[in-house]
Amino acid sequence: MSAEGFSVLYPYLIGLSALLFTLGAIGVLVRRNALILFMSVELMLNAANLAFVAFARALNQLDGQVFVFFVMVVAAAEVAVGLALIVTIFKTKKSTNVDDISALKG
Amino acid sequence: MEQVFSIAWLIIVFPIAGLLINLAFGRRMTERGLGTVAATAAGASFFVSLLVVIALIGLEPEARLIGKEVPLWQFFSIGNTAVEFGLKLDALSGTMLMVVTFVGTLIHIYAIGYMHGDPRFQRFFIYLNLFMAAMLTLVLANNYLMMFFGWEGVGLCSFLLIGFWFEKDANGDAARKAMVANRIGDYGVMLAMLAMFVGVGSLQYGDVFRAFEEGHGALAGLATGVTLLLFLGVTGKSAQIPLYVWLPDAMAGPTPVSALIHAATMVTAGVYLIARSEPIFHLVPDVQGFVAIVGAATALFAGTIALAQFDIKKVLAYSTVSQLGFMVSAVGMGATAAGIFHLGTHAFFKALLFLGAGSVIHGVEHGHHHISHYSHTSTPSEEHFDPQDMRNMGGVWNRMRTTAIVYIIGALGLAGVVPFAGFWSKDEILLEASKLNQVAYILLLIAAGFTAFYITRQVLMVFFGQPKSEAAGQAQESPRVMIVPLIILAFFVTTIGLINAPGISLFSTWLEGEAHGEFDLSIAAISTAIALGAIGLGILVYRPRPKVEGAPDDPLRRLGLIFSTLNAKYKIDEIYDLLFIRPFKALARFLADVIDGRFWHDWFHDTVIARTFKWLANFTAFPIDKGIVDRFFDGIGRAIAWGGRQLRRTQTGYVRNYALVVLMGVVAIVVWFASRMLGQ
Repeated sequence: MSAEGFSVLYPYLIGLSALLFTLGAIGVLVRRNALILFMSVELMLNAANLAFVAFARALNQLDGQVFVFFVMVVAAAEVAVGLALIVTIFKTKKSTNVDDISALKG
Repeated sequence: MEQVFSIAWLIIVFPIAGLLINLAFGRRMTERGLGTVAATAAGASFFVSLLVVIALIGLEPEARLIGKEVPLWQFFSIGNTAVEFGLKLDALSGTMLMVVTFVGTLIHIYAIGYMHGDPRFQRFFIYLNLFMAAMLTLVLANNYLMMFFGWEGVGLCSFLLIGFWFEKDANGDAARKAMVANRIGDYGVMLAMLAMFVGVGSLQYGDVFRAFEEGHGALAGLATGVTLLLFLGVTGKSAQIPLYVWLPDAMAGPTPVSALIHAATMVTAGVYLIARSEPIFHLVPDVQGFVAIVGAATALFAGTIALAQFDIKKVLAYSTVSQLGFMVSAVGMGATAAGIFHLGTHAFFKALLFLGAGSVIHGVEHGHHHISHYSHTSTPSEEHFDPQDMRNMGGVWNRMRTTAIVYIIGALGLAGVVPFAGFWSKDEILLEASKLNQVAYILLLIAAGFTAFYITRQVLMVFFGQPKSEAAGQAQESPRVMIVPLIILAFFVTTIGLINAPGISLFSTWLEGEAHGEFDLSIAAISTAIALGAIGLGILVYRPRPKVEGAPDDPLRRLGLIFSTLNAKYKIDEIYDLLFIRPFKALARFLADVIDGRFWHDWFHDTVIARTFKWLANFTAFPIDKGIVDRFFDGIGRAIAWGGRQLRRTQTGYVRNYALVVLMGVVAIVVWFASRMLGQ
């Protein structure tokens, strides 16, 4: 794709990224199922990834592209830990509803 | 030989070492070990003393009279005046050293046997060693303050040892009586020291004597005051009228204590003090005369009491008071050599008599145990058996032959029969008195007669005639550890007087640098005649006679009121009780009940102080503490609790709430950054 072509596409990509992030954030705030919460978090991460890649292409720098790999690795690690936690919590509480997990309430 | 002077301090250190060893390890030691340590310590002191005396004899007479001073350390200094502790080694202290350490060592040995089986055996020997250390400090001091340390130390040991068997109330009372009587005298010595310190500016013997000698006229008043105050101390320590009353009661202590402290050594401290202060006494003839008369009066007064006592040790106690009167009278009138010579001979024969009496008591007690062990018909009277009462004795000669012989030697020494010790010294005192003070001479001569009479009475009542109790009939001779010191003492009583016999005069030369005056045959004849006459009279009155039912316990009862007055000791204790003790107790009760109890305690403390305090406490507690301070701090606490309750609401426990806060924070930060960028 030529540089002129990308400069047309670029604002749409950023807009998509903001849309995805907002969807993810709303998901985190309103849903109660821990798994859905997780998926929303993933959505936010990928929105950030999209923004990274878009900016990197626009500025003609590789840094953003490389960062995305890091984010993906961290996200994978987070999913591994997070899912393990959810499984364990489910075993004791018989629920994945985050409102039931409020032992730290003051 | 003179190097020995520099180690003279060992004389005091040995008994201290002995008592420390016994104090530290005594619990794990046997009686024999304890006694050996104590007696060895005393013996070591004797040995060093002997070396010192030999070295002193080696000096020129002039040098010996001045003596050697061995400085030890400076005790303290105030302004320009300092008190230097040091030892004074001259003929006088040398004599005292010999008497104290030699008699002391023998009595330590004797006490091993006498105190056998006593539950406080260890303590007894610690006290004895402590006494030796204090007495030697007294004798060796080169100034009045150090002398006073020893003076108080021997007083303390006297108190501890009189009350040694404190389970019996009477013994504790006797100890307290000795302490109080001595305190009165000690107060005099303290005031005398203060007067010297203020008036002369020193307490060192040498400085004081020099100052008094040089300021002869100007210091006459001070000299009178000082000598009278010192003499007050002497009447306490050396048991003279009016403070003698403690000494007879002091016989409550164990017999070795009576012999060592209350006959041979401590009570002669007063005589030593006068002899030591002779340069001051010399300046005031009026005081000298007064001291001589008081001494002579004491000699006669106590001598009369002694002849009507029934307790074997009480007789000897009053005899000691009487003999101390001889010594005080002699040193008082300035016949120092005669007085100190009598001090030495008296130490030997009175120690011998006391230890002999102890041996008799020991023997009779054994006899008593023997009877009550083998007979089952114990009568009530046996429970009150008094082994010291001479009316329970008699016939002991047959049972305790050695004790009897040495006792009679001691008695001859006391009575003043040629050639025993007492004769020479007493004769010398009488000779000096006949020249220096006629009144004292007459009093002493009569006292000498009484002396011979009461000791004859005692010997006859104790050793001869029929046994007056079963216990006396079964008396047993004492163990060898007690008998050997008696024999040694008896040997010295027989011979020691000869060192100052006319023509030999070793002692006078040693102490005063010159032989004493001519031997006066008439004085010797008079005193011997009186002594022998009194002994003869005593034998006549108390000769053994068959027992008659209903006969009085003492032939002298025929004298009626006179005898009962003497037997009651002139009721001096009762008079003192009426004159001093009752008013004192009444005053004490008044002060305690009215002044202390009602005024200070009930009114001042309970009413004034306590109520004021209570009001003040109420005031600070309620309006101030509760009202202001508490409210302030309670308010702080409440405010914090309220704040905590409000903040608690934010902790919902819902993850999304926290996430929302995070999101809002992020949005806020982004808005802030964006607005800054747009603003540029």
